[in-house]
This record gives sequence, structure tokens and C-alpha cells, in this order.
Amino acid sequence: MTAAPAPLHRALGLTDEELARVVEILGRQPNELELALYGVMWSEHCSYKSSRVHLQRLPTAGERVLVGPGENAGVVDAGDGIAVAIRIESHNHPSAVEPHQGAATGVGGILRDIFTMGARPLAVADALFFGPPDDARQRWLIDGVVSGISSYGNSVGVPTVGGELTFDPCYAGNPLVNVLCLGALRADRLVLGRASGRGNLAVLLGSATGRDGIGGVSVLASAGLSGRADGAKRPNVQVGDPFEEKRLIEACLALLDAGLVVGIQDLGGAGLACATSETAARGGVGMDVDVAAVPRREPQMAPWEVMTSESQERMLAIVTPDAWPAVEALCGRWEVQASMIGTVTDDARRPGRLRVHDGDRILGDVPAASLAQDAPRYERPMRPPADLERARADDPSASEPLGDCGAELRALLVDPSWVYRQYDHQLFLNTVVGPGGDAALLRLAGPGLPPSERGVAVTTDSAPRWCAIDPRAGVALVLAESVANLACVGASPVAVVNCLNFGNPEHPEVVWQLSETVDGLAEACRVWGLPVVGGNVSLYNETDGVDIPPTPVLGVLGLVERLVDRPPEPVLAAGASVVLLGARRAPGAVAHPLAGSRWALECRDRRRGVLPPLDPEAHARVSGFVAALVAETIGGGGRLLDGVHDVSGGGLGVALAEMAVAGGTGVVVSGIDGHAELFTELPSRILAATSHPAALCARAAAAGVPAAVIGRAGGDRILVEGRAGMLVDLSMTELAESWAGSLAGSLERA
Amino acid sequence: MSARIGVVVFPGTNCEHDTVAGLERAGAAATLVWHREDRLDGFDAVVLPGGFAHGDYLRPGAIARFSPVMAAVARFAAAGGPVLGICNGFQVLTEAGLLPGALVKNRGLRFVCAPARVRVESARSALTSGLEPGTELSIPVNHFSGSYVCDVATLAELRSAGRVVLRYVENPNGSVDDIAGVASPEGNVVGLMPHPERASDALVGSSDGLPLLRALVGAAAGVPAA
Repeated sequence: MTAAPAPLHRALGLTDEELARVVEILGRQPNELELALYGVMWSEHCSYKSSRVHLQRLPTAGERVLVGPGENAGVVDAGDGIAVAIRIESHNHPSAVEPHQGAATGVGGILRDIFTMGARPLAVADALFFGPPDDARQRWLIDGVVSGISSYGNSVGVPTVGGELTFDPCYAGNPLVNVLCLGALRADRLVLGRASGRGNLAVLLGSATGRDGIGGVSVLASAGLSGRADGAKRPNVQVGDPFEEKRLIEACLALLDAGLVVGIQDLGGAGLACATSETAARGGVGMDVDVAAVPRREPQMAPWEVMTSESQERMLAIVTPDAWPAVEALCGRWEVQASMIGTVTDDARRPGRLRVHDGDRILGDVPAASLAQDAPRYERPMRPPADLERARADDPSASEPLGDCGAELRALLVDPSWVYRQYDHQLFLNTVVGPGGDAALLRLAGPGLPPSERGVAVTTDSAPRWCAIDPRAGVALVLAESVANLACVGASPVAVVNCLNFGNPEHPEVVWQLSETVDGLAEACRVWGLPVVGGNVSLYNETDGVDIPPTPVLGVLGLVERLVDRPPEPVLAAGASVVLLGARRAPGAVAHPLAGSRWALECRDRRRGVLPPLDPEAHARVSGFVAALVAETIGGGGRLLDGVHDVSGGGLGVALAEMAVAGGTGVVVSGIDGHAELFTELPSRILAATSHPAALCARAAAAGVPAAVIGRAGGDRILVEGRAGMLVDLSMTELAESWAGSLAGSLERA
Repeated sequence: MSARIGVVVFPGTNCEHDTVAGLERAGAAATLVWHREDRLDGFDAVVLPGGFAHGDYLRPGAIARFSPVMAAVARFAAAGGPVLGICNGFQVLTEAGLLPGALVKNRGLRFVCAPARVRVESARSALTSGLEPGTELSIPVNHFSGSYVCDVATLAELRSAGRVVLRYVENPNGSVDDIAGVASPEGNVVGLMPHPERASDALVGSSDGLPLLRALVGAAAGVPAA
């Protein structure tokens, strides 16, 4: 390395105190290679050094949990001898700098986390956040991210079954790309990423190692962005090869099927440094690694570059020497390169060392666990924003006057199909409900799995507009929405994964947001009995010192006992009664709170106030009632609901409009308490369409769920009559144009 | 005995399991065949399924056509055996010269995964025999390079000989003459961009692909075992 003006450790992202800590661990000054290892492994991205003290407050235990946080993915028992692996991760900064490859490699990385556990990746869902698409740079970002997910996910052969899309000027400089993947495996075949057995071989599978992505975790993921200068970070973004990944998936699953590996770990952030130190540390052993044995993509690579490169599509397998010929043969069949690059050691005098060799020369010698587990943990200072009380008082619920509700409703309609039409969402013939529904609903089937009639559902949800107002209450509302989404496809929630996207943790308000979010999520998970089985934290999401709003993205896994028929869709059919399930009014002075609603934000530019209250028990009753009704239908029983849709972003107005557009019918609704009831995002409400309103209301009453017939589908207009006059009177043609045109219209513009 | 159908797997193929499932629903016994095999003995029909053979690098199908199995596919087709190429399989068949024309990038230059309505135009093929021309089916498309092109003389020949077997009702990709599927002069080799196996179970959206797969299974059963 050439001499840098700053001391080397700082250029590698380590503070002076962290360097002192390394010196203490080693009992000497580290050399350049060792410093590079600590630089990447102690980065925020790899070590969670600012978030770990908070994350430990999340509940992680549950009777279905087979593997909780800390491994490559969470694993849940789904019944019938099938386990489901699930994980969510961010690829924010790479996508901001190079949207196509950044998003593509985000997909590749999350898939490896899943098949590392022995599970075949079966579905992907993406939560994407951009600035509004009326700007050319945003359109470049959106197009790049969507095409990156499309080209990688479609080609590697994993369907993208869901996700969500948020536009807010807050993300213009720092878009967010979160990718969730779920896979399934035979429950008896679970593998963990740990090394064991002195003399066992460390085998590198997959791509050759190049200079792409060096410092991705430290330079990119653990520092803020600053507008134009970020183009210079483009070489820190990895480049994806879905074809290599596809062969790697098949080869690794075949190796696991044949029982040829004792441990396996993917290479993601921090590359070989991370995979070797983590597998050794988890197994309580040491490892000798020879960089000279690592196949290179380019000449003249320095050993530290080989150890920290984030070249994609690589896995590290631990195999016994006896198994090596069979491993080599099987990899050859799939045309996957396999190289012996190291051995597991168990030296009684110096246990647990990661030794890096270049042929005969020893270049570095550090305790493996010190890289993987001994990063400093920071309890960074935190404080609530100074204007918290003033912000609560600035509430739009009562102060915003009635406007043109029809025009506002039109402005809130967004058809996301421009995005998901570019994703293969059908592969494996499991997708019963794909993107565009409340939650994705899949058959629980795949090559090598025992036959089952069970189904699995998954949803990704977020609402930064809520979390910005009150991170603690906001994240609970997000989880509530996920539970309601799952209910609409007949599923009961069983586990949560989270991707916590926040700003700069050196800002005390950001740490307060993180802490409040963790507490809010922990409380909500406890009350509904949901374990958090995995997560990811993405910090330093800031542009020129301005932090993004707190953006926890939740992925919630649901299960269905029997899936043999299609669920009701979020549609209205002409003639059906429209029934609103759940309490129509919030308790207390404000019956229809508007703070945090899409209406307040997008129609009135109001970002403050007091969020609607959440009654966890009432929410569980409504969701449980709907889940049970839909479960009856998909299990081959009765069909009381013709259509169902949860009321969330945009409130009752948007839910009605979406169902009407999807059903191609008009609707007449009356008795609505003004614009506030039309647009409030008061939780725990689900909209249903039924030909048997009396039966539905009777069953709701028996379940303790409020139900009100609010209208009837039919005609060619959407008419919403308020108590004080007509609120909305639009032709379905106008409505459908607004729905279909909003996104496609701006994105197909040059 | 049910028809035995070989489903060819190239590195990067990803619809092989779905295709096996669809064929089994249509009554066949289907087996995967690795691309390095150079014999197709014992099969009554061969299917090249969808996916991204060799990553679609260079051009979809351009590398796959050199796989050892393709010489066997050509011999199988020359002997009159039914050969079906679905999506990427169709692209491979055109690259291999077993079907005329080519598949180029979609109009709009974007990947499209969506249900498509297609109309049966000719019953003179292994995929459509027994179906009533004019029948409309809902079958998903899932491709980036699905726009069918060919020269004027070929198009005239395809049209006059009834070799255009399926047309889109609403063209999703800019294919010439709305062509969704074509057949060889004898009708035993057929390629189409829509995925009939993805429409083989109403639970996942449609079972309109089953009549096509059943026609193929019927054609296979009519071929004496090799």
C-alpha cells in the first residue's frame, strides 16, 4: 500500500482507540494485513458495534424457532418436517452509488445467507425507498435498482413475490434497498456456519477473487453519503454474476444432500476475512489460510486485498480430507470451482488463531474470535429531539381544512405493477398470491421437500412517516399492519425479521430513534408472542449530514395449515356489500387521527402530530377473525368473503379505490365522517366484500369484532357520501387512470 | 404406459422442476436430462424448459446450442420425435436452427412477467393437435428477449403453412405478427414464449396450459419408443 496522508488505521475506518485495542489484543503493533482484517471486521456493518447494546432487548425465543439471530438466517419449524429459513438485509449504499449492481448483489448476498443454512431459496421480497420519481436522478436510481433485482433474481431462478415501494424526498440522496429472502429445507438437514475437526479442509467454492467490493463494508456501508463525490466509491461496489450463483446454489445444496460438508458459510461483507474468522470463532477452533491458493481474477493482488475482497458468488465449506475427492467431483459436475485454501487447526498452546499465509510465509496471526466477536461495543449517547413536544402539538387532525377529497384520493393512488412486472414472481409454481396483494402467499413446496398442503405467507412493511413522528409507537403500528396483511391471506404470524435503517449513530437523536424502535418492536412482539429470528442494521444513511427518518422494515412470516384453494383477493365484485371490520373510531378526543397518514404527508405536507393509538388485543381479534375466515376458504371450506383488503396507507379511501379498480366496478359508500375518516390510518381495520353481509356481521359479533356495512359495489362511479355532503364522486375511468398512470407515467418518461 | 418425456437441464435452466410438474399433471412420466448427455434413448418426447441457459450470456441460447445434448435433440427431431421449447428453450431451438426466426429484446426493453392471452391458430403441431383454432388461453409470459422476428419470406411460409401455432391477443413484447409460438414444417418441433407449465394448476392462477401439455403428451404417446 502506498503511504497515505492519514495514518493507515484511520484510512481503514478504525479509530485511535480501536487501534489501541488491537495492540492490546495482539500484544504488539498489527501489520498492514492484520490492520486491514480488523478494519473490515470491526466496521459498523460487520460488528454492529453501535447497535448491539440495543438489539439484545429484542425477544428471540419461540416454540417454533430452530435458529435465532446470530447465524446466517433465522429458521422456523413450519410443520410436516419442513423448516423455513428467513433473512432480510440492506444494500443501501451500494445501490445509491451503482444502483443496478448494488441491488443485484443485494439479492445475491441474501440468497447465499439462505442456502448456507441448507435451505433452497424460494422467494424474495424487496422494500425500496426513493425520492419522488419526478426527478431524473431518482428515475435513474429506480430503473437501476429494479433492473438489478430483475436481472439477478430472474436469472438465478428465485421468484420475487412481494415487497413495497415508498417515495419520499427524505430518500433522494440515500435510497434504501432492503431484500428479504425465504427458503425451505427438510428440518433434519439444518447446517450451521461453523468449522470443526482439526485437519479438516477449508474449501473456497465459486468465483475467482478480484478487486471488486474491497472495503464495501467499511468505506460504503459504514459511512455517510455526500452527493456528487459518491461516484468515486463505485469501485467499492461488487459486480454480480447470477449464473455463477445459480450453479453455486445447486452445487452447495447437492454437497449438503450428500452429507459432504461439516460446515458452510457464505462470503459476503468483508469476504474471506469474515468467513474464515466467523466459522473458526463459532466452532472454537483456529484456521490456517493460504492466500496463494485463492484463485484470482486479476494479477498482482496484495494479500490484504485477497482477504477483504467482496467478490460475489463465493462460499467457504469445511470438509473432511476423506470427502475432498467427492466434493471436487460434485463441484466439477456443476462447473463450480473448488479450491483448498486452508485447514482447521486446534493448537493447544495457541488455540483459535487465524493465521494468514502466502505460501510458506506467515503474513498475519490473530485470534479469530477477536475479529468476529471482540469488536468494541459502543453505548453511544442518545437524546430525544429537542422539539418533541412542539412536534406532537403540531397535529393535522383538526387543523387541516376539507379539500377536494376526490382529487386527493386520486393523488394517493399508485399502481406498483410497473415494478413487479419486471420480476419473475411465479417460478416454482408456489405463488398463490404474488406482488400486489396484501401479503405473498405461497405453497410450501420445493424440490426435495416432503409433500405438504401447508402454505407460507410473507410480508414486508414499513412506514417511515409514522416512525419519524414516534419511532416507538410507529414500529408497533408497522408490525400491526404486517399482522393484518397476513390475516388477509389467511395466515397466522409466527416470526419477525427486521432491517433497521437509520442515520448516523454519532448523532444522539439517531441513537434515540434506534433505541425507541427496538423497545417499541420488542413490546409489540411480546404482546403478540412473536420472536425476532434475525435482522440487519444499516446505519450512516445520511446525505451531507442529514439523516433519513427512522426506517425499520419488518418482514413477517406467517403459516397456513392447509392451502388448497385461492383466497379472496383485494377486489370488489358488483353487487357485493362492503363491510368495514374493526372499530371505526379511535377512543379519546380525536376519532380519526390524521397525523402520520399518507394524506397528511403527501396532500398537506404535514409531518408531525400524534399517531393513532393501537389496541393490541382489539387488533389481534380483528386479524384473528379475518385470518380464520380466509383460512377456511383456502383450506377448501366455505367462502364468506368475496374480497378482502387491509386498511393501511391512504386509509379507507385508498383501500376502497384499490379494491374497486381491481374489481373493475364502481362502489357507493355512505355515512363517512368527513375527510378524516376517509384518510385516517387508524389501525385494526380490514375492508371486506361479501354477498352475505348478515352472516358476516353475525360471525363478527360472535368474535367480538365490530362490523359495519358501509356500502355496496356496483355502477361505474366511486361515490363516497359524508355526513355533511358528498366527499368523492369520480368515474371509474378517472380512478383507473390515476391508479395505472401515476408510476408508469413518470418512469417511462425519458 | 404413460409417455416418457425428457426435460433437458442446461446450467442456468431454472424451470425444469416446474416443467416436470406440469407434464406429470398432464399425464406424462418426466425425467431430467443433463445437457452433457448425448443420447435421448427411451424418451417419447423432449422438452427444453425455461430459464437462463449459461446465464443467457452472449445471447439467449447461443451457448446452449453447443451442448452435447443438442445434437441428440436434432437427431430426435429429424426422426419425427416431438420436441418442445418453452421460453429459453424456444430461444435455444432457434439458435440451433431447429426452428426459424429469432427472439430479440422486448419492445420497451424491459423484462415482462405477466399473464398473457394467447389464441390457438393452428392444430397442426405436437403442442396444439386436437385444440380448436380460435381457442383463447391465459398463460403467463416471463422473458426479456421474447420478441419474435423473422424475415419476410419465412413469415409468409409460416403463415401459409399453418406453422404459426399461437398468437398473442394483446402483444406483450412486439413480436412480429403477434406470434407467440411456431412449429417446424412437420409440426413435431414447437417453440413458444409463454409458459404452459405455469398455467397447469388453478391454485396458482390458471390451468389453461394443461390442454397444450396434454396435446404434447398425446403426441409423445403416438411415437413408438426408440
